[in-house]
Amino acid sequence: MKHTISVLVENEFGVLPRVSGLFSGRGFNIDSLSVAPTLDESISRMTIVTTGDDRILEQITKQLNKLIDVIKVIDFTDQDFVEREMLMVKVTAEAETRAEVLRIADIFRANVVDVTPKSYSLEATGTPQKINALIELLRPLGLKEVVRSGPIVLGRGAKGWKNSE
Amino acid sequence: MKKTGSQILLECLRLEGVDTVFGYPGGTVINIYDDLMDSPIKHILNRHEQAAVHAADAYARVSGKVGVAIATSGPGATNTVTGIATAYMDSIPMVIISGQVPTPLIGNDAFQEADMIGITRPITKHNYLVRDVKDLARIVKQAFYIARTGRPGPVLIDLPKDVQMDSTTFEYPETVELRGYKPTVAANPRQLEKAAKMILAARKPVVYVGGGATLSDMSDELLKFVEAIQAPVTTTLMGMASFPKTHPLSMGMLGMHGTFYANMAVTNSDLLIALGARFDDRVTGKIATFAPHAKIIHVDVDPTSIKKNVRVDLPVVGMLEDVLPRLTEKVQRDQGELKDTVEATQPWRDQIVEWKEQHPMSYKQTKSTIKPQYVIEKLRELTEDDAIIATEVGQHQMWTAQFFDFSQPRTFVTSGGLGTMGFGLPAALGAQAAFPERQVIDISGDGSFQMNSQELATLVQYRLPVKIVILNNNFLGMVRQWQQLFFDKRYSQTCMELPIDFVKLAEAYGATGLRATKVEEVGDVIKKALETPGPVIMEFKVSREENVLPMVPAGAGLNEMVLAS
Ligand SMILES: Cc1ncc(C[n+]2csc(CCOP(=O)(O)OP(=O)(O)O)c2C)c(N)n1
Ligand SMILES: [Mg+2]
Repeated sequence: MKHTISVLVENEFGVLPRVSGLFSGRGFNIDSLSVAPTLDESISRMTIVTTGDDRILEQITKQLNKLIDVIKVIDFTDQDFVEREMLMVKVTAEAETRAEVLRIADIFRANVVDVTPKSYSLEATGTPQKINALIELLRPLGLKEVVRSGPIVLGRGAKGWKNSE
Repeated sequence: MKKTGSQILLECLRLEGVDTVFGYPGGTVINIYDDLMDSPIKHILNRHEQAAVHAADAYARVSGKVGVAIATSGPGATNTVTGIATAYMDSIPMVIISGQVPTPLIGNDAFQEADMIGITRPITKHNYLVRDVKDLARIVKQAFYIARTGRPGPVLIDLPKDVQMDSTTFEYPETVELRGYKPTVAANPRQLEKAAKMILAARKPVVYVGGGATLSDMSDELLKFVEAIQAPVTTTLMGMASFPKTHPLSMGMLGMHGTFYANMAVTNSDLLIALGARFDDRVTGKIATFAPHAKIIHVDVDPTSIKKNVRVDLPVVGMLEDVLPRLTEKVQRDQGELKDTVEATQPWRDQIVEWKEQHPMSYKQTKSTIKPQYVIEKLRELTEDDAIIATEVGQHQMWTAQFFDFSQPRTFVTSGGLGTMGFGLPAALGAQAAFPERQVIDISGDGSFQMNSQELATLVQYRLPVKIVILNNNFLGMVRQWQQLFFDKRYSQTCMELPIDFVKLAEAYGATGLRATKVEEVGDVIKKALETPGPVIMEFKVSREENVLPMVPAGAGLNEMVLAS
């Protein structure tokens, strides 16, 4: 089963390999990982999507919490959250397909971020499912490059992570 | 007044109460070594960095203090790796200082550069690269705090040469502020309440004690708890000396080479009370048939240990210092109920006595060859109660665990989790450095001994009178045993073709060498060694193909013991 967890860590040198090394060293999967500093610059937030049963997830959370640099681990398994992923894609756009690319982009509210006579580069955000669907529609037209950010998530409700327990 | 990084480091060590460090110099720690000459801290020059770390580790194991080792960058630092991993697996509080190339050169494949932060990340509780001398005092303070609190463990500080030379005003922080590190100390009262209920309701309880009891110095409290509930006790290798083996409720060790009765008790019990143990595969055997009828209460300071290997019915996260006295108090609250429980568990204790009589720990004594188990028993007979016994890894280690009746905490020093050959001799050295007046003995095999035998030089130089027992079977005996039992006696690369003259080896280093080849010489050799000042090697030519029994074959259940060859 897929699980999304947020890990708040000290924004310090060498923290990322502590987290990723924990996953590889203990045989846990990382399906995706994204990381950037938070409002408080001394803290970074990682969003990790992982697969495993409940027992594995429990170990992952405990092991993450055990790292000295980890301040908080939020497991979204039983929580309401919103999830977004960003996609940048370079698609072939020859004369006969240029309009089709734009039509699909329009349906998915994707923006054109670069244009050449032979290609369009699009940017889109949405749930991973939406991103998957967009990619599948563009695939027959000729995909040159696909870049995904991996999802980031935010718990629903008025409270921020500091007072959510 | 300003101090240099290396001065600050030594000053911090002093303030942490460190009196002895173990290490080996080199280019990137030369400043530290220069300042050591003006410091009250005693330095012991081992002959290999691995040995320095094992020595510091054992220093911590016997004294309860944080052990400290120093190594230079590159090869010096990589030589510490086995030592650090050994300490990590057994949760030993240590601080390791490794020199590092100057910060501007880091990442350039500079001379003697190795990425120690990367290399030791999975084998340390935490590690630090110090990039600014202004951070040094705080980092040392944190390192010691992390090493000794919660579930203890080794912490590495990688200290570049330029940071050692830079100076700043020195101020040692009084407190540690780590928002990501708050080890749970006190257990949840509701969980304790439930635990007490389960204990009073159990009819076939077993107390299973691990290294946590040793690390938290809870032997007295453990004894009180166990005597209150009158439950039989089994320990792991790491928990061994924390409960007296001579106690009527003791069943010795469980697991792969555990006693018949301990393994039978676990398999038949209805409540397993795990105290500071982590259900290692050498303890559980096949998980599916481990304690199949038992509810499991697991007390541990490290939440990751709980439910990692086995199902747990009642997790209790907390330090044994907190849990044991509170639990004892709770079970004793209603004396009537406790009395009923103790009465109701009498048949269980009788059953265990029966198992003990059925298959006591034994071996076949012979007239012609020395049995290794006999040497261990004789040694116990002739040494003080507080003698510290270190071991290497192999059959001799298991025989020590089986046949040496430990009665005092922190007297058994062995590499449990990693199983590191070459640990024992430097460990005995570190233990002797901590307690110069006590008897310290390394029980070794002929193979393991040769993995750190250079430490004989250190022993002689520092007048550390460690007595070394070599149970010489001229085999990598433990591996040979597996080959005999599971590989049709095909002894691939386990026979040490070249016999070593260990007596001469001792003499080459300026130590004393003694040898026994006959059964009747054993006692005399031990007595003579114990009377001889300085380090002594006692070489015992033992029966070569003796096996460690009982044995639960790897992957089998605890009740599937091989009892006799
Ligand atoms: C560093 C290291 N290498 C290899 C092993 C695997 N191993 C475990 S026991 C053993 C044999 C040890 O031989 P010896 O020290 O003579 O002890 P004996 O079993 O004969 O008593 C070996 C090779 C190990 N535990 N540690
Ligand atoms: Mg041997």
